[in-house]
Amino acid sequence: MSATNEQHTFTKRPSRKAAIEAAISGAFRIATYIVILCAGYIFLNIAYNGSKAVLIPKAPFINIEFLTAKPQTLHVFEPKEIDAELKSAKAQIVSLQTKQRNLGSNETTAADELEQQVAALQQEIKALDLQRKDGRLMYGDDAYRALDREPSSELYAYSNYAYSGGGIGPAIVGTCLLVLGSIAIALSLGILCAIFLSEYSTPGPTLQLIRLSILNLSGVPSIVFGLFGFGMFVLYFDWGVSMIAGWFTLAIMALPVIIAASEESMRAIPKGFREGSLALGASKWTTIRTNVLPYALPGILTSSIMGVARVAGETAPIMFTAAYALRDQLPWQGLEQKTDFFFQGVMALPYHIYVVSSKIPQNEYTRNMQYGAAFVFLIIVGFFALSSIVLRIKIRKKYKW
Amino acid sequence: MSISNPSQTTSGGTPIIKIRNFDFAYGDAQALFDINMDINAKQVTAFIGPSGCGKSTFLRCFNRMNDLIEIARIKNGEIKISDINIYNKDVDVIQLRKHVGMVFQKSNPFPKSIYDNIAYGLRIQGVKKKSELDEVVERCLRDAALWDEVKDRLSESALGMSGGQQQRLCIARALAVRPKILLMDEPCSALDPIATAKVEELIHELKKDYTIVIVTHSMQQAARLSDHTAFFYLGKLIEYGQTDQIFMNPRDPQTEAYISGRFG
Repeated sequence: MSATNEQHTFTKRPSRKAAIEAAISGAFRIATYIVILCAGYIFLNIAYNGSKAVLIPKAPFINIEFLTAKPQTLHVFEPKEIDAELKSAKAQIVSLQTKQRNLGSNETTAADELEQQVAALQQEIKALDLQRKDGRLMYGDDAYRALDREPSSELYAYSNYAYSGGGIGPAIVGTCLLVLGSIAIALSLGILCAIFLSEYSTPGPTLQLIRLSILNLSGVPSIVFGLFGFGMFVLYFDWGVSMIAGWFTLAIMALPVIIAASEESMRAIPKGFREGSLALGASKWTTIRTNVLPYALPGILTSSIMGVARVAGETAPIMFTAAYALRDQLPWQGLEQKTDFFFQGVMALPYHIYVVSSKIPQNEYTRNMQYGAAFVFLIIVGFFALSSIVLRIKIRKKYKW
Repeated sequence: MSISNPSQTTSGGTPIIKIRNFDFAYGDAQALFDINMDINAKQVTAFIGPSGCGKSTFLRCFNRMNDLIEIARIKNGEIKISDINIYNKDVDVIQLRKHVGMVFQKSNPFPKSIYDNIAYGLRIQGVKKKSELDEVVERCLRDAALWDEVKDRLSESALGMSGGQQQRLCIARALAVRPKILLMDEPCSALDPIATAKVEELIHELKKDYTIVIVTHSMQQAARLSDHTAFFYLGKLIEYGQTDQIFMNPRDPQTEAYISGRFG
């Protein structure tokens, strides 16, 4: 045993330095855990509450209606009798609790008794709540109008909640269209611009200035982009609140990220490929087309799609330019001319989430729509991110160096 | 400092590249001073000299690779290849580079298949016929003494090859566009002795059909390979002559100091 306790040259000795070292690495670790915890909580919370709206216990397990139907007003009829019983039970609990608080500290038996009464009442409330849920009647707009006659107002208390019935079909379609359109515009403009900046432009202060101003654009608040899009596309170009105005607004917002990332990807291509190609008698454009762009493409696509997906989550830029709070028709329905397709407003998930979470009350009838929309939106954004990663892996496999 | 007889080309050769009073600068920093020399067709000419002496810069003037550098400019003089000043306004750089191939210090095969690497030079000229491409690929790989090593894996990535094979692939790729002149910028600097020997052997073979200008840091390589050797120092051509004469009996004391290893 003594051999193990013996001090040798390399024995660990506690010291100030070692303690600081441990503390610092601990701080890094804790910061990381906090971030993971927050992100995990947000995600799980939305996923848990949202899945109530999106998933159903029966096959096909996905609430098709929620994903496809248009938003409707929810009409709720609560059985009055049960409601009254619930109210009285809740009132009793409140009065009992007040009593309990007024008791002296030595009257423990009386306090225990009161506590038991409260517990019993709470049991009762639970049972009543279940009854209420069974007994209440809820209708979307269509079903409500189709009713032969309303449930009698003597038995039922009526209330309604805008946007809380039906589904988010038009918003999903609108968001996908907005994302695809702005990707197309932002990618083509952004890559062209990045090719010029990275391959053709003359280095110097002017180029630095241009680069700096492009980068600074990404720091502009999204509401400013929204107002710009409103002034430029909606009013000046007279496109109205329309999908195409939203495309351009979102594209311009995503451009700085796309240009910076594309330029970065292209400059990361070794100079040797360009020189090798040029030395074989290739023109500059041929060199870029065959020996720069293909290798830079994975990086360009990944960051661009991510950039657009991030921008597509913004409410502010589409609020004035493209989004309707409610639109009955899907974009391809009821078009007089083909070009009208571009010049119509659409519903969009970010805006819809904004509307349902700020413009209608928060209660058990509206929660489904609020969390459901957020959850579906998370999934859509995740899908875009995933597809960009898959794309990158696929292209990257083709070209490796 | 320039040599007394500018068109000094010793025995048995027809000059294909003629350089006259050539001054070259990066911005305000002059890199080459008043260079005069003739380079013979179908011979190997070696440029030697310490790092930064301008020999690579000079080599890159022959196919105008320096055009890529914004601040590079010709201050004076001319380079004539087959009696055409390649810096004339009406010269198409693309045609020039097809005529004057280049192999770089760092082997730079494209991240494509071996076949596609060789076929690249032809494909960008619009050659699509499979039979023609096949034929050229085989010819070039044979010329580069690479055919037997890679004939069974032409469709594999060129980056899976060894360093020496990659460099020979780059030579083969340059041959595919049938240049007259082949510029080599320290082609063996990243290779081990065995790979170097193979590339040297190849250069020796290629001499029959091509004019080769090679920049090298290895004086033994220059002595082994070249017919003529030019010694550069601080942007100036110090001495140019037959390789034997340069190495055995240098006329300039700086040349002698360099080849005997006293500086550089």
